[in-house]
Amino acid sequence: MAQQTKKTKKTILALTGALLVTSALTACGSKDDDTKTTTTTEPSTTATDGTTSERYAEPVTLKLMIDNQTSTEGIKAVADEIEKRYNIKTEFDLRPGGDEGDNLVKTRLATGEMDDLSFYNSGSLFKALKPEKYFLDVTNEPFMQNVMDSFLPTVSVDGKVYAAPSGASQAGAWLYNKKVYADLGLSVPKTWDELKANNEKIKAAGKTAVIGSYKDSWTSQLIVLADYANVQADAPTFADDFTNNKAKFADTPAALRSFQKLGEMQPYMNKDYLATTYDQAIKMLVDGTGVQYPMLTFALSNIFATYPDQIDNIGVFAQPADNADKTALTVWMPAAISIYKDGKNVEAAKKWLNFFASPEGMAIQATKAKPEGPYVIKGAQLPDDAYAGVKEMMPYFDNGNNAPALEFLSPLKGPNLPQLTVEVGAGMKSAEDNAKAYDKDVEKQAKQLGIQGW
Amino acid sequence: MRLKGTKRIILETVAVILSVVIFWVPFFFVIINSLKSKTDAALLDLSWPSSIQWSNYKEVLTAQDHMVIRSFINSTLITLLSIVVLIIVSAMTGYVLQRRNDRWSGIIQFLVMAGLMIPPAVVPTIWVLDSIHLFKTMTGIVLVEVALGISFAVMLFRSFMATIPREIDEAAVVDGCGSLRMFFQIIFPLLMPVTSTVVVLSSVGIYNDFVNPLYFFPGAKNATIQLTLYNFTSMYNTSWNLLFADIMLISIPPLILFIFFNKRIVAGMTAGAVKG
Amino acid sequence: MQKASLTKASKRLYTYKFLLPAGIIYFVLFLLPTIMSFFFSMTRWDLVEWNFIGFDNYKTFFSESSLNIGFRNTLIYAVVTCSLKVILGLLLGVALTSGLRIKGYLRSVVFFPTLLSTIAVGIAFSSMMHPSQGLINKSLALAGIVGPDWLGDTSIALLSVAFVDVWKGVGMATVIFIAGIMSIPEDYYEALQIDGGNAWDRFWHITNPLVAPAMNSVIILSFIGGLRSFDLVWAMTKGGPGFSTDLIASIIYKQYQGGFYGLSTAGNVILFIGVSLLAFPLLKLLSKREVDL
Repeated sequence: MAQQTKKTKKTILALTGALLVTSALTACGSKDDDTKTTTTTEPSTTATDGTTSERYAEPVTLKLMIDNQTSTEGIKAVADEIEKRYNIKTEFDLRPGGDEGDNLVKTRLATGEMDDLSFYNSGSLFKALKPEKYFLDVTNEPFMQNVMDSFLPTVSVDGKVYAAPSGASQAGAWLYNKKVYADLGLSVPKTWDELKANNEKIKAAGKTAVIGSYKDSWTSQLIVLADYANVQADAPTFADDFTNNKAKFADTPAALRSFQKLGEMQPYMNKDYLATTYDQAIKMLVDGTGVQYPMLTFALSNIFATYPDQIDNIGVFAQPADNADKTALTVWMPAAISIYKDGKNVEAAKKWLNFFASPEGMAIQATKAKPEGPYVIKGAQLPDDAYAGVKEMMPYFDNGNNAPALEFLSPLKGPNLPQLTVEVGAGMKSAEDNAKAYDKDVEKQAKQLGIQGW
Repeated sequence: MRLKGTKRIILETVAVILSVVIFWVPFFFVIINSLKSKTDAALLDLSWPSSIQWSNYKEVLTAQDHMVIRSFINSTLITLLSIVVLIIVSAMTGYVLQRRNDRWSGIIQFLVMAGLMIPPAVVPTIWVLDSIHLFKTMTGIVLVEVALGISFAVMLFRSFMATIPREIDEAAVVDGCGSLRMFFQIIFPLLMPVTSTVVVLSSVGIYNDFVNPLYFFPGAKNATIQLTLYNFTSMYNTSWNLLFADIMLISIPPLILFIFFNKRIVAGMTAGAVKG
Repeated sequence: MQKASLTKASKRLYTYKFLLPAGIIYFVLFLLPTIMSFFFSMTRWDLVEWNFIGFDNYKTFFSESSLNIGFRNTLIYAVVTCSLKVILGLLLGVALTSGLRIKGYLRSVVFFPTLLSTIAVGIAFSSMMHPSQGLINKSLALAGIVGPDWLGDTSIALLSVAFVDVWKGVGMATVIFIAGIMSIPEDYYEALQIDGGNAWDRFWHITNPLVAPAMNSVIILSFIGGLRSFDLVWAMTKGGPGFSTDLIASIIYKQYQGGFYGLSTAGNVILFIGVSLLAFPLLKLLSKREVDL
């Protein structure tokens, strides 16, 4: 039985192959778009038949490698639907997050043991994996037509796309406890000085104004990273100049300001910020002992999972610039899901991703995991019951007051940034010193990776 | 040395109190918190659990598709295989090095001793392992553990060989033994005391090793018990009860070893370390 | 006699072929990588291709503060752990060979942590060292003392880790000292007793000099162990806060994680040159002391 389906599949493949050749010949000189549509022949013809013919007779199991810090509820919901429709089971292979996880993924790739599907950061981290060596080129897959252009550069190498988005985008911003804000009569700060004024009032009320969770050192980077949209408002070419060794953090006033802002927050932080973890920080924010937390908005999902009744009490504002009309929101693109080129089930993985990265897939995801920002799939809408914090972010998108984080625009991200930001945030080193140190760290990375112009 | 009655009792009392505070309290702290609920354990104190939760242990053992059990099997295999290879190759080396005394044995001796001091070159070792297709394999990690354990084991075997008279070898030769048979039938059994020392010390070292598996045996599938524990710190960073339960579980083998071989370990240790 | 025993027959008996299994493993997985590391430390390297860049990696290592902070930290760590182990180990060794009736119990208790996993010990202690919730500071608070942030305060974090290292490792030093003390013939002490020496004299004039070989073992073992230390720091602080507890070995690991294999290998070469430069003279010095006695 299985043998037979394989055979028929092969014939279909051969046929489409022939089709492709002829259409390519006849459509000589036409643009990419045409080839794109012709390539879709195989999956789309089967798709019109509905679920039955596309469904595998024997169950196929795909392994998806994902870090253990991302909540998988939403992805699981889509995976369940995929199993129902296509008889493709999804096995979640959990790996650690952070540096540990990066290392694990790199070694799994290097030794040829990657899972069929891999969930990984988009942007510079993704490109550092050398996706062109390990992942399937999906540039011409039908599902990529749904993907918004803003996402593509973060998963492309030399104009070829190697991954689809895993869900909605998110922002690096300030989460705040709305109830405490109301109790203290505070309003969302539009400038950095207003933020500091708020901090003073919160501190005077005996609460922690800014939650620091430096035991998880990655969280210390947020004030610097979430400032990038403001940097770009002041220095529009910074990302390119930075990549091309023409601009530095230390001698670009707007960029240096990001480190300075971090240094200015130390007096407002909780007592044990060096021993506090991310989870503890979330708890503080929710129960109101801590009022503001510079964080990625994926934290909203963690809050919703642990404290569902408190979710609408958490708001989001963009990290303010010094000048109110420069304040913009820094956006993180969704993680990438890519197909391992040498996997055993590439065809099934394509089917999986085709459904996953559709408006329908996103809608199913939203039933279990609400978006942490707008979707990057065309036609996928925010659900009505989206988090209050996400709704609060929408004006920044509607007005175009946003920019991607630097790590999505430049392949350079010095590996020591978490340690350097801990030092600035904890007042061990000055912003100026560590902006310089970070420039050196970036230089080291660029040289070690052999990036041109360094 | 003789101590007088009261003075001795005071000293002994002080010693017991100190040993309790410095050594027993940390053990007790980990044990007691491994049996608490998540919220109780978050207090990180020494109070008695409001209800004893043996289920923590079950949860740790079954987490992530029985990851802990699988890594237990891996660690046990690595330890056993490494020890077998290590004992055989080191005993042979220690024997020849002690019996021969020429220019070559001096050079070899120096190379062996260098292994005690010089830290291994990590990335080049990965490269070598990768070139012979042993990177991330059980064979690879076993050979690395052997290579890095040889110096210590050879040192112990060599100094113990000095206590075995040459006459025994000569008598065996007269009996017409071949060199290999002579070694394994006559000499090797005589090495029993030092062999058991090497077995105990090296197996503890290899079982507890974190660095080498981290570099040479990475990957979720073949995690060792130490890597699993380390990964749990990020996964369970708010569930101290589970983290401590895992610590208790992985401490069982050394504990058993300690109970049975306490005297033997101490005796063997000292013999090797001082003479060497 | 010695010469005569090295006849052809004995050469055949004690054949160097016996060294082959150990030799091959040792050469391929220890000596060869060590030799190659000198070359790879001068390259930019992704495990597949390399680019020779001379001494650039070394320059980077010595000039960048996030890398060279490891030299200072490692030296402090090795000196602190080594000297504490020697002092405490000697005191414990003397106490545990004295007339205490509970010495058997004490020996076991002191030695047991040596057998535990470093990672487990690190995790348990970092939870006890939490600045406000940890067992240590809560106990100090009962006595009205405000304890420091053991692992968060950059001026003491390294020492806190070193303290845990000593807690775990002092048992080994103690056992070595016990053996050393027990090998001192009882006659010496009896002679001193006839001359009317007190307990201090016993320690200073007999135990201290005669325990020298044991002390040398402890010094060498714990000093080299300290220089190479990695897992405890990694389990407790990951080198942080900032870079305040980074040791050379943890820096090597971080460069490896970053994919900077050449740089990581340069760190490795620096570490083993450093260990050799410190350990071999120390060994010479110590064995000279032994001979002089």
